[in-house]
Amino acid sequence: MIRTAAAVLRKDLRIEWRTKEAVPAMALFTVTVYVLFHFGLDRDSLDGELASGVLWVTLLLAAVIGVTRLFAAEREQGGLDAFLLAPVDRTALFVAKAAALFVYLVALEIVAVPAFAVLLLGPDFFDSLPELLIILVLADIGLAAVGALVSALAAETRARELIVPLLLLPLVVPLLIGAASATEPLFRAGGQPEDLGRYLTLLGGYDLIFLLISLAVFDFLLDD
Amino acid sequence: MFSKGLRPVSVAAVVTALAAFALVFFYAPNDADQGFIQKIFYIHVPMAIVALGGFVAGGLMAIKHLRSGDRSWDMRSYVAIHLSIILGLAVLVTGAIWAKASWGHWWVWDEPVLVSFLVVFLLYCVYYPLRFSIEDPERQARYSSVFAIAAGAFVPINFAAVRMAESFTHPRVLSQTGGNLPGDMRLTFLVCIVAMTLLFITLWKLELTAKHASVQLKRLRTQLEAPRLP
Repeated sequence: MIRTAAAVLRKDLRIEWRTKEAVPAMALFTVTVYVLFHFGLDRDSLDGELASGVLWVTLLLAAVIGVTRLFAAEREQGGLDAFLLAPVDRTALFVAKAAALFVYLVALEIVAVPAFAVLLLGPDFFDSLPELLIILVLADIGLAAVGALVSALAAETRARELIVPLLLLPLVVPLLIGAASATEPLFRAGGQPEDLGRYLTLLGGYDLIFLLISLAVFDFLLDD
Repeated sequence: MFSKGLRPVSVAAVVTALAAFALVFFYAPNDADQGFIQKIFYIHVPMAIVALGGFVAGGLMAIKHLRSGDRSWDMRSYVAIHLSIILGLAVLVTGAIWAKASWGHWWVWDEPVLVSFLVVFLLYCVYYPLRFSIEDPERQARYSSVFAIAAGAFVPINFAAVRMAESFTHPRVLSQTGGNLPGDMRLTFLVCIVAMTLLFITLWKLELTAKHASVQLKRLRTQLEAPRLP
């Protein structure tokens, strides 16, 4: 199963590397949203809960783009049928798609978080970078698990561009609560982490539960 | 096949509902500081509990569907979620009325139960567009079940997460409903919950029977018309 998943993941990453379809669009989207927030809030720099809220809502909205595109190649070029014909474990497809989404999100954040720090963030948060990295990774795992499931669910519907955000955004509310609350003290002036353990537990628990649920039900989405 | 026990359940629902109304208006005392408006609690909270129970039950029925491959379980899950969404809308409306009367605002963000319920309600609203934008009936049933399972598991996670976001500033006990009620209010409240549950089961069975009957009718009609074709 790992080998199949790795093969599908390699294929996805290679397609993404050559077409540059999802990640650049997501990165461009986040920077555009920062500009919108700058004018919408009429503020030159943000801190505390406003900064953490803007960053996380922007990242989640950008993730919607990635989730919408996740099964695009399979759908448009009949890759799914080919995968189903192959004598391999179907869960491998979920693992590969979730891993691909995770890689996209990390790539996005490598651009989006420094851009946020330069464009909008007031206080210097360089000291608390390790904490922020842990929060980002945990949130990305959860997003990848839920995103791959939502993407597969919406792939067969007629209005998938509508279904993905409507389905994904309520599902990630617990993730947003954990990530934004954990990030908020880091973005204050001279920010020290507060209650970090509690919110990391929330994020970790969410990741674990949704990984298990997605693994359990994903097979049924392919069962044709 | 769904109508079994419909009659006794509906009779029981009517009886307990009448008893519940009688208790609410004649037995339970008016709340000391909220007065008469507090009576909305007896319909609002049972509706919320039954709606959440219906969502989770819909998830369990969906598991049954995926495990057995029997599509009637998907129909059960669909009707349970459908009724819970209708109840959910009523919960939000009655909740807003109660909030306006007792707190002075139509909506209060620092009340975790309210916020969680809204998030769950918004998620379940997507059930309709998801279900009805898939044409193939077999696939529709499978995809709806996957949604019902994921969303059913999401309900408790979401409640825990929203509570966690608030609990530092607003400590509160888990058993906020019923935990600290005086005896006569608690009895009334329990009867209201039973009545609402029975009402839900009655409506659920009724809707399933009606759906089943219309499917049968359609099938018989096509059977009847088939030989007449040249």
